[in-house]
Amino acid sequence: MKRFGALAAMAVASLALAACGGNGNGTSPAAATVQVGGATGKELADVQILRIGNGAEIQTLDPHRGEEVQGSNVQRDLFEGLVNEAPNGDIVPGVAESWTMSPDGTTYVFNLRHDARWSNGDPVTTADFVYGFRRGVDPKTLSTYSFILSPIVNADAIAAGKQPPEDLGVRAIDDYTLEIKLSHPTPYFVGLLQHSMTYPLHRASYEKYGAEFTRPGNLVSNGAFQLADWVVQSHIKLVRNPHYWNNANTKLDEVWFYPTEDQSAELQRYRANELDLTDVVPATQIKWIKENLPSEFVVAPYLGSYFYGFNTTRPPFKDKPKLRRALALAIDREVITEQVVAAGHTPSFGWVPPVAHYQPQQMPEARWTQAEREAEAKRLYAEAGYSAENPLRTQLMYNTQENHRRIAVAIASMWKRVLGVDTEIINQEWKVYLDTRNRKVDTQVYRHGWIGDYNDAFTFAEMLRSTAGLNDTGYSNPEYDRLVTAAQSELDLDKRGELLEAAERVMLADMPILPIYTYVTARLKKPWVGGYESNIMDHHPHKDLYILEH
Amino acid sequence: MLRYSLRRLLGAIPTLFLLIAFAFFMIRAAPGGPFSRERQLLPEVEANLNAAYHLDEPLYAQFGRYLIGVLHFDFGPSFQYRDYTVTELIKAGFPVSLTLGGAAMLLALLVGVTLGCIAALRQNTAADYGVMSVAMTGISIPNFVMAPLLILLFAVTLHWLPAGGLGGVRNMVLPVVALALPQIAYLSRLTRGSMIEVLRSNFIRTAKAQGLPTGQIIFRHALKPALLPVVSYFGPTAATVITGSVVIEQIFSLPGIGRFFVAGALNRDYTLVMGVVIFYGALIIAFNLLVDLAYAWLDPKVKYQ
Repeated sequence: MKRFGALAAMAVASLALAACGGNGNGTSPAAATVQVGGATGKELADVQILRIGNGAEIQTLDPHRGEEVQGSNVQRDLFEGLVNEAPNGDIVPGVAESWTMSPDGTTYVFNLRHDARWSNGDPVTTADFVYGFRRGVDPKTLSTYSFILSPIVNADAIAAGKQPPEDLGVRAIDDYTLEIKLSHPTPYFVGLLQHSMTYPLHRASYEKYGAEFTRPGNLVSNGAFQLADWVVQSHIKLVRNPHYWNNANTKLDEVWFYPTEDQSAELQRYRANELDLTDVVPATQIKWIKENLPSEFVVAPYLGSYFYGFNTTRPPFKDKPKLRRALALAIDREVITEQVVAAGHTPSFGWVPPVAHYQPQQMPEARWTQAEREAEAKRLYAEAGYSAENPLRTQLMYNTQENHRRIAVAIASMWKRVLGVDTEIINQEWKVYLDTRNRKVDTQVYRHGWIGDYNDAFTFAEMLRSTAGLNDTGYSNPEYDRLVTAAQSELDLDKRGELLEAAERVMLADMPILPIYTYVTARLKKPWVGGYESNIMDHHPHKDLYILEH
Repeated sequence: MLRYSLRRLLGAIPTLFLLIAFAFFMIRAAPGGPFSRERQLLPEVEANLNAAYHLDEPLYAQFGRYLIGVLHFDFGPSFQYRDYTVTELIKAGFPVSLTLGGAAMLLALLVGVTLGCIAALRQNTAADYGVMSVAMTGISIPNFVMAPLLILLFAVTLHWLPAGGLGGVRNMVLPVVALALPQIAYLSRLTRGSMIEVLRSNFIRTAKAQGLPTGQIIFRHALKPALLPVVSYFGPTAATVITGSVVIEQIFSLPGIGRFFVAGALNRDYTLVMGVVIFYGALIIAFNLLVDLAYAWLDPKVKYQ
């Protein structure tokens, strides 16, 4: 009996603790009592240190060998390319003060500013860019992202080892004038120049330190910040680069990046005032966050589409656009975005998210009511030869993750309720899944998400071309391929947009994919972080951020 | 004893070899590779990468090359953390895991054994029930529940201690406690059971009959034999704990090597997985040897042969 009493006491204590987590006042004491920004609301804090949750540990600080978002976030502060980004995501001059494009759209000339400096005081010249670009495409660099430079003359041949890096279409006219020749007009080329593959490299330090050139003390960079410390899995500390040409306008003295793989732990550290910005928020805590930290919760559209792909090369979805359409109409996207993921995602009936120079396309049924869509789904399902007696039996595959599982379960139950489809849900670990999906043998319906590499519809459109390595649906429509290829070299932005929009309409009629929602970025931001603006690329160069008094 | 230790160490070589071979072929048998990603690489680029990491050679050649590297303590470059070699990563991570795990095991040993003794000496009293209830709770509440609760209470609500990250001693308090709690629970139960058994044995009864004071009976005569099961549990557990706890390191954002186990496997970071497995295997072997040596010291019946 006594023993039971003690156990019961423990249980009550744990519940009380858990309840703290459920309903406790989330506003940090500091935020609640001090006026942020002082009397004017714009006063800067004495200590200008920003601490950021940055997701998984970064792969590398080498701008030409990185490939993930986390590493780019740090490299964006360390390096500056020919162009830079404003807080709202607009492309602004970086090391290049200005540039011109030839009338045929294949030659760009960049005029570099004379006051750009490396963190050791050396001037940044065209030689550093030529060296960086060549290194990016050189097969010896072992870069996995050299395709970013593929519009440049000879880039693909060099990456494939068929030509020497010196053949790349990047040339120093003089120390401050750089010429880049493209193999075909690429309207989004200047936008590509925000990518780390285009950053310059400090040749002397790279040659001196070799593989260790990215270590603290060795790394020479030309961005607003320089590397001070890096403990793998613990933190990366950047400090102000006094030689940066625009150092006078940099307000932060230090930026700390913390790896935060565990989303709940990240949230706790944010609540304990150890982080000013989180990378993400845990899906299961969104309801609590909306109730307790509404003013600190920042949600914004992101350049990504969450969708299901149909394997169009095998039964049951081969040559069955009506069946694919029926499945696409039977799901209630609002239930998924509002009740399953619930972070403010936008339901989507089209493929390309809202990007520059593009009118988003939608399935014609997007404007219907859900009841009308379900009726149409039933009609198409019957026309495709299925019925209650002869239901579709299919497999839905996703890569192991809690949110993907919840969405898959919801969609399978919607298909069951509306059409009577029997769905077997299968999950696979990520790398196994990539293999399976790409083989197109064992997949029927599979989860997919795509985050664009640059702010242009083409980064999505190219993916469903019949020849694209990323096209795991096996979709092949010559008309689609023709429109996308025509758009690729169209210089007139309006015409180009129209071609890509027409291509998406063709694709949506064939329905090789089932759009579900457009991604959002959802994070927590302390009220004292100033200068932060959401943008569709989710790029935030920290040179523009500051800490308000608090 | 020296000869015994040497023989044991020599005997460890085939064990380690089997471990290396098993891990090497298992990780390579897993579908997907270090360079499989959503956007397929140009075939030439992929071939070039495979050649640079010798992944284009036949498996036996790769294995041979790897073994030669291991003999020189060269575990190769990490596929995932491209700016570091596996040796550097282990060197950087191990001190953190060792501090965390060492402190937790020490705490667990001190508190667990003390509590276990108290419970055994006060068998079937309120103290016994109290200790055992706490122990049961400790065993049944997993780390990934206890750690966030501790953070919530001491970091988020009370602001007494940091919620995570590397820093001073204060940063270590919560992770050490979270890591030690289940061990304290287990050790106290183990100690209690074995102590009760020892206290009922003939030599203790003789000691009592001779009128020796209780303290002397406990510390001089009962404790050593009572600790035998604790020691055999402690050895392998200590190896596990000091090579890093994935859960605790993640929740408290600590840069130990525990996190490399999972990250390495998921990223198919062949070299990192191998490095951590070998390191872990060697430690387990070393700890088992230490346990056997400790046994002989605690139990005069055990002889090295």
